[in-house]
Amino acid sequence: MTIEIIIQAIISGLLMGFIYALIAAGLSLIFGLMGIVNFAHGEHLMLSMFSSFWLWTLLGLDPIISIPITMLILAISGILTHYLLIRYILKAKMIVQICATFGLSVFLRSLAQFLWTPDFRNVGNPLLEGRLEIAGIFIGQPQFYASLVCLLSFLLLYLFVNKSETGLALQATAQDRKAAETLGINSNKMFALGWALGLSCVSIAGTMMSNFFFIFPDVGVHFALFAFVAVALGGFGSIIGCLIAGIIIGLVESLGGLLIDPSYKLLYVFLIYLIVVIYRPQGLFGR
Amino acid sequence: MNNNLQKAKLEPVWHTNKFIFALIFFLVTLFFFFPFINPSNFQLHLMIMIFMYAVMAQSWNVIAGFSGQISLGHVIFFGIGGYTSSFFYVEYGITPWIGIFIGILFSSLVAIAIGIPMLRLTGHYFAIATLLIGFSFQIIFQRWDLIGAASGLWIPLNWDNPWLTLQFHESKIPYYYIFLIFFLLSYFSIWIIYRSKIGFKLRAIRDDPQAASSLGIPVAKYKIIAFVISAIIMSPMGSLFAQYILVIEPERMFDIEISIIVLLIAVMGGVGNVWGPLIGTIILIPLSEYTRIFFGGTGGSVDLIIYGILIMLICIFRPSGLISFFPKKILERKKFL
Amino acid sequence: MTVVLEVENLSKSFGGIKANNNISFRASSGEIIGIIGPNGAGKSTLFDLITGYTKPDSGGVKFNGKSILNLRPDLISSLGIGRTFQKLKPFLDQTLLENVIIGALATGINLNQARDKALEMIDFVDLIDKRHYFAKELSTGQRKRLELARAMATEPKLLMMDEVTGGVDQKTVPGLVELIKKLNKLGVTILTIEHNMRVIMDISHKILALDQGKKIIFDKPKNVQLNEKVIDAYLGVVNATTS
Repeated sequence: MTIEIIIQAIISGLLMGFIYALIAAGLSLIFGLMGIVNFAHGEHLMLSMFSSFWLWTLLGLDPIISIPITMLILAISGILTHYLLIRYILKAKMIVQICATFGLSVFLRSLAQFLWTPDFRNVGNPLLEGRLEIAGIFIGQPQFYASLVCLLSFLLLYLFVNKSETGLALQATAQDRKAAETLGINSNKMFALGWALGLSCVSIAGTMMSNFFFIFPDVGVHFALFAFVAVALGGFGSIIGCLIAGIIIGLVESLGGLLIDPSYKLLYVFLIYLIVVIYRPQGLFGR
Repeated sequence: MNNNLQKAKLEPVWHTNKFIFALIFFLVTLFFFFPFINPSNFQLHLMIMIFMYAVMAQSWNVIAGFSGQISLGHVIFFGIGGYTSSFFYVEYGITPWIGIFIGILFSSLVAIAIGIPMLRLTGHYFAIATLLIGFSFQIIFQRWDLIGAASGLWIPLNWDNPWLTLQFHESKIPYYYIFLIFFLLSYFSIWIIYRSKIGFKLRAIRDDPQAASSLGIPVAKYKIIAFVISAIIMSPMGSLFAQYILVIEPERMFDIEISIIVLLIAVMGGVGNVWGPLIGTIILIPLSEYTRIFFGGTGGSVDLIIYGILIMLICIFRPSGLISFFPKKILERKKFL
Repeated sequence: MTVVLEVENLSKSFGGIKANNNISFRASSGEIIGIIGPNGAGKSTLFDLITGYTKPDSGGVKFNGKSILNLRPDLISSLGIGRTFQKLKPFLDQTLLENVIIGALATGINLNQARDKALEMIDFVDLIDKRHYFAKELSTGQRKRLELARAMATEPKLLMMDEVTGGVDQKTVPGLVELIKKLNKLGVTILTIEHNMRVIMDISHKILALDQGKKIIFDKPKNVQLNEKVIDAYLGVVNATTS
C-alpha cells in the first residue's frame, strides 16, 4: 500500500464528507427548528435524484443545469410535508412523530418502486465526466464538483441562517416559539420555510450525486443513516457540527474501507456513532 | 373506619369483563376449528401470517409500549431465531423444537448485550441506534461463511418425520396449529406480564424514568427485562418462519421491512395496550396479502404505499391507534384489560 | 434523638457557577426541616445531590450513619428516602391508584397488598373518590397530593418535598400544611423546600437558609427570622414585593 493510495482515500473521504455534511445540515435544520427528526430524509434525497434523472431523460437537462428545478421541486414537497403532515403532529408524543415521518418514508419509497420499478438507473453522458489528476492523485470530476457545490451551498446556508433577517427569525423560532410569535413571527410559516430549506439542501446533494451514483428507490437509505449519525455526532440542531461530523464520517468510511474491509463500512460509522452518543450524548458541538 | 376506603379495598386490581372473556373464548374455539371448514391454502397462509405478525408486533409493543423506547431494528431477533434453529438442524441434525429454545437463548443474550450499551440512549438516539443495529446484523450475516453468507441456509427436506423435523410438505394445517399455539401462548404471557408487578414498573419507566427511580425501581434493569421479554417472544417466530419457508437468507430474515411493518402494525392498533397489536395485524396483514395477489408481482409495493398513507393518517387523526375507537367504557382500565 | 441525615461539605458546580458550596447540616429523627432561599439558591440541586440524581463534586451524605454518596437514585429510595419533584412527575397516562400502587410495590409486597396500601395512602391525602382518575385529569394541587401519596407508599423514613405549596391555589395551602404535619406525626422525618414563609415558620423545627449556593444559617425558625443575612437575601425581597 503506497502513500498515494492513502492520500487518495483521504481526499475521496473528504469529498464525500462535504456531501454528507450538506445532507445532514438539512436534517439538522429541521430538527433544530421544531424538534422533529425527518426519517424520510433518505427518501427526499432519492426523490431529488429521480427528479434530476427524469429532467435529464425527458428534457435533456444535465443535472448541473437542473439544480434550480430540483431545488424548487423539493422545496415545494417540503412545504407540502409541513402543511399536510408535520403541523398536525408538532405537539404529539415523540413516538407519533417518529412514526409519522417513518410512514412518509415508507410511502415515498414504495411509491417510487411502484412508479419507477426497483431498477438501477443512471444519467448517461453528463457534462461532468472523467477525472482530474493532481500530482499523481486522481479525483473523479463529478465527485469533485459535487463536493465543491455542496460545500459552497453549506456555506451559503450557514450565512443565510446566521446573517439574514429571515435566518435570524428562523433561529428565534427555534429557540422560543412563543416569544418569536409575540415578535410577530409566524411560526407556522417559519416551519414551512425550514422544511423548504432543509429539503433544498438535500436536493442539491442529490442532484449532484445523480452524476455518479446509480438511482433506485432504496438509494437514500444509507445516506439517511449517515445523515442521522452526522446529526447525532455534530449535536442535534448544530449546523456547523454537521460539517465536522460529515467529514469525520467520510474519512472513516473511506479509510476504514481501505485499511480494513470495505464491506463493513456501515459498521465503522455505526461504531463511531455508538461511542460518541454513549460518552458524549450531546454530540461534539451540542449545547 | 372510612366507608369509601373499605369499599375501594373490595375492588380487584384488575376487573374482568365476562362478555370480553366469552368473546375471546369463542374466537379461540373458532381458530381451532377453522381448518375443518376446508380452507384454501391461501386462507391458511393468511391466518399463519396474521398469527406471526400479531406476535411480532406484540414483541415490538413490549419495548415501545411498556417501556417507552422506539426500536427500528426489531427484525434482528426474528433473524437470530430463524438462523439458530436452522443452523443447528442443518449442521447437527438437532430438531427445530430444541432449536427454537436455543434461538430464544441466543436472542436473549443478544438483547442483553445490545441493551446494556443502549441504556444511556433515549428518544431519537435510541431509535437511530436500533436502525443501525438492524442494518449491521444484515451486513454481518451476509458475510458470515459459517451460516452460508449471502446465499443463506437450505434446510434439507425430510418426508419421514414431519413432527420431529417440523416440516410439513402436504398441508399447511400443522403449521397453522403450531403458529396458533405460539400466538396464544405469547399473548397470554404478555397479558399476564401486563397485569403483573413487572407491568406496573415498566409502565412507570415509560411514563417517567426519573419518577420511577425515585420509587426504588432500577430503571436499567427493567429496561433490559423488557428487551429480553421482547426478544423471547420474537425469536420463535423467526424459527417457525424458517421452517415454514425452508430456505433462509440474510435479505429475508433481516429484512428491514419487517422492522417497519411490526412498528406500523403496533402503532396503527394502539401502542401500550395488549390488544392494540392484534387489531393492527387483523387490518394490515390481510390488506397486504390481498393487495399482493391483486396487483401481482409487479405491484409488490402497493401494500406498503397503503401502509404508509394509513400510518400518516393514524398519526394525524388517531395518535392513540385504532383501539381508541372502542367505547370508552370497555377501554377504561378498571373495567377491562 | 438520632441523626437520620448528615450532609457534610457538599459542593457542586455547573460550568463555573457554584450551585452548592460547602453545605453541611443534620436532620434528626422526627424533625421537619424547612429549606428556604431565593430562586437559584441551590435548593433543588441540594435535593438532587442527596437523592442521587446529580453527582456532587465533593462532600458527603450519610443516611442512618451509612454513606449514600454516589448511589443510584433507586437504591437511595429503597434505603428509605422518598421525594417529590418541583416540576411534578406523575405518571400521566395512569390512574391515581396505579400511580400510588407503583410506589407501594417498592416495599416488596404483592399486588393486592400494594393496592390496599395505595388506597390507604390515597385516603390519607383525601383523594379516595378520584382514585380511578388519570393523573392527567387531576389539578396541580391534586397532583401534588398524588406525589405525596406515591412517595409515602414507599414507606420512607425521610421524605423530601420540593415546594408542596408552590403553584397551587391559596385555598388548598392549609390542607397541604395539615397533611405535612400529619405525616410528621407518623414519625417521618421531613425535609421541605418552601417559598411560603408563613408555612415554613409554622411547620419547621429548624430552617436551612441558602443563598447563591451557600448556607447562611441553620437554626430554629425564630432565630432565622431575625438573621440579617436572611432578611437581606430573602425576606427583604419578599417584604419588598408583597408591600
